Amino acid sequence: MALVSRICARTLLQASASSTARSLHTTPAPQQQQAPIEGAKRTTCTLIPGDGVGPEIVYSLQEVFKAADVPVDFETYFLSEVNPILSAKLEDVTSSIMKNKVCIKGILATPDYSVEGELQTLNMKLRNELDLYANVVHVRSLPGVKTRHKNIDCVIIREQTEGEYSALEHESVPGIVECLKIITAKKSMRIAKFAFDYATKNNRKKVTAVHKANIMKLGDGLFLKCVEEMSKLYPRIHFEKMIVDNTTMQLVSNPNQFDVMVTPNLYGNIIDNIASGLVGGAGVVAGASYSAETVVFEPGARHTFAQAVGKNVANPTAMLLCGAKLLRHINLHSYSDVIVNAITKVLEQGKVRTKDLGGQSTTQDFTKAVIYNLH
Amino acid sequence: MASRLIQRIVTAPTSGRGFSSSVRKVTLIPGDGIGPEISAAVQKIFEAASVPIEWEPVDVTPVRQADGKFGIPQAAIDSVNRNKIGLKGPLMTPVGKGHRSLNLALRKEFNLYANVRPCRSLPGYKTLYDDVNVVTIRENTEGEYSGIEHEIVDGVVQSIKLITEEASRRVAEFAFQYAKDNKRSKVTVVHKANIMRMSDGLFLRCCREMAEKYPEVKFEERYLDTVCLNMVQDPGKYDVLVMPNLYGDILSDMCAGLVGGLGLTPSGNIGLNGALFESVHGTAPDIAGKDLANPTALLLSAVMMLKHMELNDQADRIQDACFEVIKEGKYLTGDLGGKAKCSEFTQEICSKIK
Repeated sequence: MALVSRICARTLLQASASSTARSLHTTPAPQQQQAPIEGAKRTTCTLIPGDGVGPEIVYSLQEVFKAADVPVDFETYFLSEVNPILSAKLEDVTSSIMKNKVCIKGILATPDYSVEGELQTLNMKLRNELDLYANVVHVRSLPGVKTRHKNIDCVIIREQTEGEYSALEHESVPGIVECLKIITAKKSMRIAKFAFDYATKNNRKKVTAVHKANIMKLGDGLFLKCVEEMSKLYPRIHFEKMIVDNTTMQLVSNPNQFDVMVTPNLYGNIIDNIASGLVGGAGVVAGASYSAETVVFEPGARHTFAQAVGKNVANPTAMLLCGAKLLRHINLHSYSDVIVNAITKVLEQGKVRTKDLGGQSTTQDFTKAVIYNLH
Repeated sequence: MASRLIQRIVTAPTSGRGFSSSVRKVTLIPGDGIGPEISAAVQKIFEAASVPIEWEPVDVTPVRQADGKFGIPQAAIDSVNRNKIGLKGPLMTPVGKGHRSLNLALRKEFNLYANVRPCRSLPGYKTLYDDVNVVTIRENTEGEYSGIEHEIVDGVVQSIKLITEEASRRVAEFAFQYAKDNKRSKVTVVHKANIMRMSDGLFLRCCREMAEKYPEVKFEERYLDTVCLNMVQDPGKYDVLVMPNLYGDILSDMCAGLVGGLGLTPSGNIGLNGALFESVHGTAPDIAGKDLANPTALLLSAVMMLKHMELNDQADRIQDACFEVIKEGKYLTGDLGGKAKCSEFTQEICSKIK
């Protein structure tokens, strides 16, 4: 009995020690003795730093939150597929997100193979586990960011629990691989409804369904039919459909025609990245994934930027905007506005720019500049 | 490699590839809508450059076949099979049941396994991107466009993406050979093997293996999303891109968008039983017959064809003349912001050649 209790005590001690070691160090908050603005209730949010530059930009977010005195506490879990030994258990992470309802997530690297020969990636598992079916990326031209295209403002809504990302593959005979793409009416209807609801709620005028139904007549045909059907219930919102290759061509030549786009899984991934590229790259676009219960905020174009790890050059704007979105979601509008204004000011002034935006400043410089502009 | 060798051996004695002095027959499919006008323009320019080619125009209007389906007339198929090379204007696929896409039928008939689309910024026609010079090479026979789909139960559809070692290796080899022949420095394989680990994994593996056989060509692997992101920011990063069907379809159109649309980009389909060069824009029925269409895409496709036939001298002369006219900007068609008619544009190119 004594032995058992000793072991228990030790494992508990280790667990707490490792969890503190794992959580990222942040500098103490400036000693501001002002009263919190919106009551004393604090929110807990799950935090997954992710791979690549994730931990660096998440650190930047924590610094800004601390400086802005945001009443949010983080529950950090290191989740990673490329580093399975350090990774937390998926069940623990999902139960934490279920409990907190909100999560901030860096990007998880997805290797080309899995040690266990598994076809599903950790990202897919997390999404399926929590049923994060709708990914929303609002792509907007930012002030002070030099790009070829001006005044882009579109929203890409992507179904992300089925389609090409089904992880159903098999080699029927050596040298011939079949990969299944699954499209269901239920999930297509669900994402269509989400898109039209989003458009209604945010006063958007138009929803474009992106598809390839001319070739994949049944699969994409079903998706298109569902969105078309749903569009009839929203007569005030203009509905149009566009073939995916034409969409990409229109995006690079005339992106201003787009408003809300709704897409199956893979096309969403493509459109997200093209649109992000148009407004300044992966470092400046925030996104969010929604389930009926929970929201996971993560950068809109998912790149781990692994070649920049530890170099202090990553642009934390995307992550900071994720943070601002989170605050808006949990009804802390004033905090959110303060942070967004600070980011806008820094970008507008253009003195502190990270490498991706043509400057020489470090992640840390940028973070400091944002903090300086908070008040 | 073996198939290529066999193809060479089979075709060499009959076609006389490399003997630029002999007159060769080329099948011409003028197409629908603006097709006939732009085909005539190309023929006129070729005449001006005295290209040793005899055109063999064929009609591909679908006819009812023995099985009750509509399809390409046998005469057209025989013509391409005989000549091994063809030029094709835009085709309209009739809407309605029982019609197979003609493009698809041609692709199947001639085993056109690789689609090549060079995209280059044209001096004189300003777009937001001025440093584009990429070639997309797309696997054209399988992948997502295998056409194998079924509804398992009501409301659940399963589409099969098919990747085979044979087709992947074939297109990979073509890409490297193309890069070598055209003095390109780098081949990038575009894939999504992190998500589709087996199917795209197989394609990726075939490309890796082929890369070892072409040590003089630089090789890199990129995820589809990374390429999309970088292409719109800095297209100069890429040179030759090789990829499975769907990705190729999307990226080739996107690259065309970067340089000004499908009216300016040529396209070639390389197959086991011949090669078919085409313009990939639509039939534009609204301006058909009005002498307003822009023949550039078809003309550049024809230039690609000449290069494929190793008539490099004529190819270069025509291409230079075409670029020159666009650069001067005096005779541009409506789609490029000018006021010239198709015939004036053509005439100007002809006069530049002489």
